[in-house]
Amino acid sequence: MDKVLRHQDVLDQLTSNMTIGVGGWGARRKPMSLIRAICQSDLKDLTVVSYGGPDVGLLCAHKKVKKLIFGFVSLDLIPLEVHFRQARQNQEIEVMELDEGMLQWGLRAAAMNLPFLPTRIGLGTDVLKHSPELKLVTSPYSDAERLVAMPALNLDVALLHVNKSDEKGNTQIIGPDPFFDDLFARAATKTFVSSEEVVSTQELGGKEGAIYNRFERSLVTGVVHSPCGAHPTSCAPNYGFDMSHLKEYSDSAKSFDDYILKYMNKTHEEYLDSVGGSEAIENIPLPQF
Amino acid sequence: MSNSISLAEICISAASKAWKGDGEILATGIGLIPRIAAGLAKLTLNPDLMMTDGETYLIAEPAPMGKRDASSDQVEGYMSYSRVFENLWGGKRHAMVTPTQVDSFGQTNISAIGDYNSPKVQLLGVRGFPGNSIHHKNSIFIPNHSQKTFVQGEVDMVSSMGYKNQELSNGNFEIKLVVTNLGVFDFNGANNKLQLISLHPGVSVDDVISNTGFDVIIKSEEVTTMPSDQELALIREVLDPQGIRNSIFGE
Repeated sequence: MDKVLRHQDVLDQLTSNMTIGVGGWGARRKPMSLIRAICQSDLKDLTVVSYGGPDVGLLCAHKKVKKLIFGFVSLDLIPLEVHFRQARQNQEIEVMELDEGMLQWGLRAAAMNLPFLPTRIGLGTDVLKHSPELKLVTSPYSDAERLVAMPALNLDVALLHVNKSDEKGNTQIIGPDPFFDDLFARAATKTFVSSEEVVSTQELGGKEGAIYNRFERSLVTGVVHSPCGAHPTSCAPNYGFDMSHLKEYSDSAKSFDDYILKYMNKTHEEYLDSVGGSEAIENIPLPQF
Repeated sequence: MSNSISLAEICISAASKAWKGDGEILATGIGLIPRIAAGLAKLTLNPDLMMTDGETYLIAEPAPMGKRDASSDQVEGYMSYSRVFENLWGGKRHAMVTPTQVDSFGQTNISAIGDYNSPKVQLLGVRGFPGNSIHHKNSIFIPNHSQKTFVQGEVDMVSSMGYKNQELSNGNFEIKLVVTNLGVFDFNGANNKLQLISLHPGVSVDDVISNTGFDVIIKSEEVTTMPSDQELALIREVLDPQGIRNSIFGE
């Protein structure tokens, strides 16, 4: 079994109008080399589901997004994502704005093949007003409470970035927080993983390594070897956020052509060279709060 | 020590009182002043509070602001985002947050300013506010008390629920305390109206009334209690030895 693919092989399995879930959280462990590959493709009119960071911003800036399903979009230490902000303020995208936990619940419902999961979250807020497709249910028990029926967020594809993988799609997220990547994988028809390292099964480290295996290989369609593939987002414990790059990216909103010229339309190897090389990225310290 | 107490220190001391009597729950202070205040609460009023390192671990002592040697943090548990959700859905948390808008119902907005379909200013998105507000106690810190933050009518995008819908929360909705650059407030006025509990030094009732876009009940015109010497020592030497708190009001 060999699931190792190139970035282009993943693109070949994507089509316009798909619903694509992106793992990670804000400016952390985003599959950015796959996102850049999408930005450089002919794909369009995507529905994107994300705890958003520069993945969402970059896709918006390249006009790839028809609809965004999100709980937030932020670059963490730079709280507001300027490209997402422009897309919203210029009315370029449709949105379904959710509480972070509702988004998780929607993925979980999809992962469990359920039409919805009940929750109180959203009641009393404008989340329900702005997404009329979110309906209520009445508890069938004696409490008869009215609850939000958070619909399943079924994904055509999930894109994730992990620390290690073997050729069979056994993956490891070694950073302390796996975020909700497991649920993105379970909610998706196909999951493509970019990985810092592709190693032999033996090199995954047996029982001690297996604790980092957050979802099983049967969920993984393909693995792309992508060292520093989360840059400019962090990939604990390998490297932190590239703050100077994120700042340049933020500041590029008014002259995005310059950013494109410097950093886009490149192979992943060329991209890494353009941002100082993988050794420099691996030396970026992890952030501290 | 108490000769030159800053407004930031007054706010931190006042805000720390929010967690008094909360017992063994997760205290989350989001932003500079709320975070130091949560740490102060743990070191004074409520040692049972749980706190995170700002990322994934529960730590036994509050993490000081600024650069530190995180390898010396005494980790006591795990608190990934998934665990945070599970914890908060069970109600065992009290967060202090800084929304962009607050209204007379205690509803807040961190999503977007202006018409939702064509926002004048797109902000973060609702983040965890809907779930936080319906599941656990919250408090509010506002560094710029004005009619732009305490708005007339309702906030532009209701991100956290308010008292007008409190029956939906199964009894869990509460705004415990509101601390601003002008004074200390709660929502315990008649019909859960915002009420003034104390004014910071040099602030008048008129300042509060003219800077709030809705009616405030004046319960008291007392001056806010100054931080004690013990609190000042903890703020200055333990929680924020680099004085990062002073940036909030440019002190």
